[in-house]
Amino acid sequence: MPKIIYITSTGTEHAVDADSGSSAMQTAVQHRIPGIDGDCGGVAACGTCHVWVDQNWLDKIGPARPGIEQEMLALTDGATPFSRLACQIELDDSHDGLVLRMPTDQH
Amino acid sequence: MDIAINDAERARTMPLEDFDVSDVSLYQREALHPYFERLRKEAPVHYCKASLYGPYWSITKFHDIVAIDTNHKQFSSDHTNGSFVLDDTTLNAVEGGISMPNFLGMDQPVHDVHRMAVSPIVAPANLLRFENLIRSRTKDLFDSLPIGETFNWVDQVSIPLTTMMLATLLDFPFADRAKLTRWSDVVTTRPGYGLVDTWEQRTAELMECLGYFQNLWDERQKLPPKADLISMLAHSPAMQGMTPTDFLGMLVLLIVGGNDTTRSSMSGSAMAAHLFPDEFAKAKADPSLLASIVPEVIRWQTPISHMRRTAIEDVEFRGQQIKKGDKVVMWYLSGNRDEEVIDRPQDFIVDRPRARHHLSFGFGIHRCLGNRLAELQIKVLWEEMLKRYSRIEVVGEPLRVPSNLIHGYVEMQVRLHA
Ligand code: HEM
Repeated sequence: MPKIIYITSTGTEHAVDADSGSSAMQTAVQHRIPGIDGDCGGVAACGTCHVWVDQNWLDKIGPARPGIEQEMLALTDGATPFSRLACQIELDDSHDGLVLRMPTDQH
Repeated sequence: MDIAINDAERARTMPLEDFDVSDVSLYQREALHPYFERLRKEAPVHYCKASLYGPYWSITKFHDIVAIDTNHKQFSSDHTNGSFVLDDTTLNAVEGGISMPNFLGMDQPVHDVHRMAVSPIVAPANLLRFENLIRSRTKDLFDSLPIGETFNWVDQVSIPLTTMMLATLLDFPFADRAKLTRWSDVVTTRPGYGLVDTWEQRTAELMECLGYFQNLWDERQKLPPKADLISMLAHSPAMQGMTPTDFLGMLVLLIVGGNDTTRSSMSGSAMAAHLFPDEFAKAKADPSLLASIVPEVIRWQTPISHMRRTAIEDVEFRGQQIKKGDKVVMWYLSGNRDEEVIDRPQDFIVDRPRARHHLSFGFGIHRCLGNRLAELQIKVLWEEMLKRYSRIEVVGEPLRVPSNLIHGYVEMQVRLHA
């Protein structure tokens, strides 16, 4: 059970235990973490689970993938090379300690 | 309108090949659901050989709609390939229609450039600024409504609130704002549905719209940039080469996109409250349910019945051969009633789990730009409704918009109970 740390735009930290095999979006929604909506259910089609990943973690999980994830992020306010859609990050034990920062608002 | 027709029976027995769910009379009497239900079960990717708009494919299941909506490489919205609505005359220069290209009708990369030019209007800081304004307008309006008397909710509530919002977004001269409502209606109609008598009349009214906005553009270009859509366009480096046709297309998108849709959600709110009084009572007792009520009413109403794409190559989809050039219609109205994805889909349920998982705003690169603003307006509407009324009663049969695109009401008589 990897521990995932979500940090809201105002700096509040939410550390939760994730189930291996679920995504970082599902985990947030399951634990009712404010700031991640996941309207499309996990197919990178709405851009409402935008997170920023720290550099050291980005090296491990990789940047946004070509195709719909990159295309949606291109239309998202505040997206940077550190941006991912949380629904596209599938979690397992190797993600223990992953830090994800959230924007003020999801669009 | 022949309400004597038993649609449930007809939908069950009619040969599938005769199905034409674009028939406007079905929308006028809200008779679509039994037809969509049969299509979802027996022909989820259905070909209609002949209609007023020519042949077209119907996609009716939730996940199939998401698959098409996110596959913009094969299913184009671009106005050079077709249109994003079934009726080509709405936005293209065919039959009596005129060309009004806009970024909902554009593929990448131009789509992204145009979208980013106007997207700051719905940035979080602007939404925050709008909330107070929306709240005070909604309060004032409700304060003026009679209790226990019958009145038209569409004219007294849905139209005034959405038109004021649109006037604010465009910084449009407030006294003239009824023009916006008229232009919004004229865009999505054809002659013969009670709004315009001829194509020439429609064109003339749209040209008046263009002329009016050209003056506003000229004015704003000379002034420093400010946070309204016309000023944003006038000062956007990416938008300097806009032709009058492009400008009209953009206006039409912003006017219809932000107006008819939210209007229908507000009218649908009254209808939902009427049909599901127990749910209304539950909401009144627990305002924290607003987080699910707002998306739920937008799903339940589904203000845009469909969006359309055009196949730009041959595609095999769920066993069907879609040919290059074919029109492919995503029926959001049907997907939002897909019982395999949504539990008790015909019901309005204020505490529905995962209520945000609906199709009303579309998905993929064209997903509604104004969705947060729309939700904000509906949230404030419900907050003020729940504070004031114990019941909203719809009196008699409402009159519905004669359209397979705009799913809303022309007239809805209601009575409010304190
Ligand atoms: C409940 C209210 C609303 C509904 C149901 C709605 C629905 C939609 C739908 C279905 C689409 C197309 C999605 C697709 O093709 O995948 C769309 C796009 C769009 N909407 Fe909305 N809309 C609403 C409110 C608004 C508001 C208030 C605005 C303006 C501020 C707005 C502006 C737009 C724009 C600009 C697009 C084009 C986006 C693009 O092509 O990138 N909408 N909307």
